Amino acid sequence: MIDASISELAAALAARRISSVELTRLFLDRIAGPGAPLNAFIAVDPERSLAQARAADGRIAAGAAGPLTGIPIAHKDIFVAEGWPSTCASRMLANFVSPYDAHVIERFNAAGAVILGKTNMDEFAMGSSSEASWYGAVRNPWDTGRVPGGSSGGSAAAVAARLAPAATGTDTGGSIRQPAALCGVCGLKPTYGVVSRYGMIAFASSLDQGGPFARSAADLAALMNVMAGFDPRDSTSLERPAEDYARELERPLAGLRVGVPSEYFGAGLAADVAAAVEGAIEALERLGAEVVDVHLPNAGLSVPAYYVIAPAEASSNLSRYDGVRYGYRATEYDGLIDMYRRTRAEGFGPEVKRRILVGTYVLSHGYYDAYYLKAQKIRRLIARDFAEAFKGCDAIVGPTTPSVAFRLGEKVDDPVQMYLNDIYTVAANLAGLPALSIPCGFAGGMPVGLQLVGDYFAEARLLGIAHRFQQATDWHRRTPQSFA
Amino acid sequence: MSLTLSEVMRIAALARIAVTPQEAEAVQAQLNGIFGLLEKINAVDTSGVEPMYHARDVTLRLRDDEVTEPDRRAAFQAVAPQVEAGLYLVPKVIE
Amino acid sequence: MKWETVIGLETHVQLSTRSKIFSGASTAFGAPPNTQACAVDIALPGVLPVLNRGAVERAIRFGLAVGAEVRRRSVFARKNYFYPDLPKGYQISQFEAPIVQGGALRIVLADGAERAVRLTRAHLEEDAGKSLHEDFHGMSGIDLNRAGTPLLEIVSEPDMRSAAEAVAYARALHALVRWIDICDGNMQEGSFRCDANVSVRPRGAAALGTRCEIKNLNSFRFLERAIEYEARRQIAIIEDGGRIELETRLYDPDRDETRSMRTKEEAHDYRYFPEPDLLPLEVSEAWLAEVAASLPELPVARRERYVRDLGLPAQDAATLTASRETADYFEAVVAGLAEAEPGGERPAQAKAAANWVAGELAGALNRTGVEIGASPVAARALARLIARIRDDTISGKIAKEVFDAMWAGEAGGENAADAIIERRGLRQITDAGALERIIEEIVAANPAQVAEYRSGKEKAFNYFVGQAMKATKSKGNPAQVAEILKRKLAG
Repeated sequence: MIDASISELAAALAARRISSVELTRLFLDRIAGPGAPLNAFIAVDPERSLAQARAADGRIAAGAAGPLTGIPIAHKDIFVAEGWPSTCASRMLANFVSPYDAHVIERFNAAGAVILGKTNMDEFAMGSSSEASWYGAVRNPWDTGRVPGGSSGGSAAAVAARLAPAATGTDTGGSIRQPAALCGVCGLKPTYGVVSRYGMIAFASSLDQGGPFARSAADLAALMNVMAGFDPRDSTSLERPAEDYARELERPLAGLRVGVPSEYFGAGLAADVAAAVEGAIEALERLGAEVVDVHLPNAGLSVPAYYVIAPAEASSNLSRYDGVRYGYRATEYDGLIDMYRRTRAEGFGPEVKRRILVGTYVLSHGYYDAYYLKAQKIRRLIARDFAEAFKGCDAIVGPTTPSVAFRLGEKVDDPVQMYLNDIYTVAANLAGLPALSIPCGFAGGMPVGLQLVGDYFAEARLLGIAHRFQQATDWHRRTPQSFA
Repeated sequence: MSLTLSEVMRIAALARIAVTPQEAEAVQAQLNGIFGLLEKINAVDTSGVEPMYHARDVTLRLRDDEVTEPDRRAAFQAVAPQVEAGLYLVPKVIE
Repeated sequence: MKWETVIGLETHVQLSTRSKIFSGASTAFGAPPNTQACAVDIALPGVLPVLNRGAVERAIRFGLAVGAEVRRRSVFARKNYFYPDLPKGYQISQFEAPIVQGGALRIVLADGAERAVRLTRAHLEEDAGKSLHEDFHGMSGIDLNRAGTPLLEIVSEPDMRSAAEAVAYARALHALVRWIDICDGNMQEGSFRCDANVSVRPRGAAALGTRCEIKNLNSFRFLERAIEYEARRQIAIIEDGGRIELETRLYDPDRDETRSMRTKEEAHDYRYFPEPDLLPLEVSEAWLAEVAASLPELPVARRERYVRDLGLPAQDAATLTASRETADYFEAVVAGLAEAEPGGERPAQAKAAANWVAGELAGALNRTGVEIGASPVAARALARLIARIRDDTISGKIAKEVFDAMWAGEAGGENAADAIIERRGLRQITDAGALERIIEEIVAANPAQVAEYRSGKEKAFNYFVGQAMKATKSKGNPAQVAEILKRKLAG
């Protein structure tokens, strides 16, 4: 059961070979047992989960089940869920129990899925290693001395270690794709505006996008069919007809043009990662795809532009954490301003504070034009590069990350090195494009991710490419030994 | 470019984050490392380029003027640090 | 040295939407604290703003009413600062591209002169909550019911040169926003709040002096007094060789003075940037046309029409267009009069209607605090009363008595005046024979006064008029009485 796909689980539930309660217990036991050292979860609440599972069993018995009814799903603790702690891995929200549901949670609840728990992450989604959590670092199931990537590291680790059949995450600069790559699972960041941000605790509003983690592209499609959809409560949510994200899964790759940008194979890329990615590109070619050269001349500017824009928006988004209406309040202070200063100094971790300071600076008087405005212009150049590239190809392929998972603590004190992990992922966020990462090999025993970036609303096509690749390969079926 | 210690303290004050004098130098060094990375954008010629504030070039959808939200004060204030008589309490605001 | 005061106003107008600008919480005034503060208003983690169409529509109405440019594409921005009544730590406002740009407001000064005050801009933004400073164990209480109430901030150019002009502008603006139905205008409840930017300069100087912004001007009287105080304060400082500091000052009505509001603990740096949660706001030509078509005739247009078509003096026209309700009432009276006396002369009817609406009726409304819309004397009933003066059924003096009886509800309906006149027997005596007999008796009974009059003391004439009115219980037609008296006294 722990290796079953979502459609297999749904079939087993429908055939009453297993109940949702049993399935939920199975995964809850794995979280508490073999999964415990990974520290992948911030909160589990068996009673709540099992109550949902019982309701799902009733729905299945009544013949009213949908594709996800009764399937337990882990949610990144950035999605608020009524009655659940919703902490964003921050001391600031350690005591916050949400009085409402995120749109994504509502959609899963309506589909009859079971909330398995809230997964650990980098605080406020700011990080690339899931070490920056008030609840301690998450560990990589392939090597617990290494990081799972971030910021959705708990979700990626949980899926990789078979602690959950699937999970949700958010991706502001790579926070789904990078941990998916480092943990050997699949993760999709949809087109900006496809998944509602309502109830998804904001990091950088113009970049944040929720998406799924699973072990296969087909499962990602099933999850997207529930997660995606218009939400009037998010002004950036796009009002489009509902689509079936699985519709192109069986489409052959003949006639597909995959673009390979030379800029993604430069000096920063580890040789063994490059080898695995090149192998995957050859596999796509064997499946009928045509490989073409494309150029993203401003690729090298995406990390600096991103690390201006994201902190700027974050500095403002995180101003609401002031100890007045909810969340942490310092115990000792002298007057109102000191209450703010201490609450925020004690409630936020070092990386969050660094980004707030950077963001405050780039928006401040006299620096706005040189940093914030400039970065938003460069963002346009980056988006234009993609538009140009998509004239000659249907999808862009390359590595998701420049290296495999690094060791815990290795980059914790060096923000710049940490930021450079995002070198291949942030551009899709800046442009608002859909992108996914799937396992495509190993380097030194650690998984390597292949990134596919598509044009706006090309999710179904990307999932189709990934699915055909996965039918021809078995990288996505590999399980870390201690969790098999 | 590099930030002076007083600039670090100024932005920390603007952001309402207490930075002790002991922390200040370490913060300054890290911020300057980060700004070293961000510097790169300064060299790019962006004349004539429109800034791209949103990921998608679409316009705003509007909501009808209807009252849809009920009173949920009790639920909201259950997670508040300090309330009294329905009010959120804060250290005295000095005008 | 002769000094000149230069004033610009920033007015925060609460828009009269049912729900808030970015949430579906109610904007009704006076609810128990925080019961109208929803998840969006208290800025729970994960919530997002969605713009209220009604707020935008009201901004467009205003833009059209002042002849401004309504931007087809405007942008919301975040203004970042920390304050406990600002839940998100930023206010969503408009900065670089406000929805309304330019325009002008025409004002009428006390001497009847008209002036145009240019507007810089008007932008949409959200209101903050309230801090209550009464003592909660040395703490302040925060009520977020007001947070998120839609505001239109209307900024004028520094075009005013006296406190009286500033008040005339504020009154005209207040009347306009009520006229076009975008604000209830309730100043006690904070629906219409002014800040004044005041500076002084030597008369004739081209450059502006350093300005101070005065806050907390929640009545026209405070606005006037605060500006007068502030101008005196600035002049005194400069004359003493000092310099004016750019600062925000608070008007204290109890002490009738302004005082510095913020300690300089840090310079403000609002870090404005485009609101990433809201896309650019587009106003289509079709929407603009639809709003334009729904606008009522504006006060300036009515004022001009009253002067042009009804022949009213400018001052009367201005008084009658102080509010749409007053103007509508006045026009209903004119229409009623036209119906009561078809063929009557229009300007004379209008002038009579104007005198009654701005005189007796306004007085009664003022005394009782009743709104004109709720006047116990309906416009058509008043028209009938005026018609009775004009057809000599009653005198102007008697008409006041009838009006008071109508106000008190002695009779209702359109024909209330006639009913009261009949019931009280107030019809004028116009029978010349009867009047002559009464006057002859009076003349005969007062030989001493007759002699006085005939010796050239014209004043004695008034004595006879008084006697005649007394004898007719004020029902004698005054013109007829005077004419007969003159004849009889001439001997």
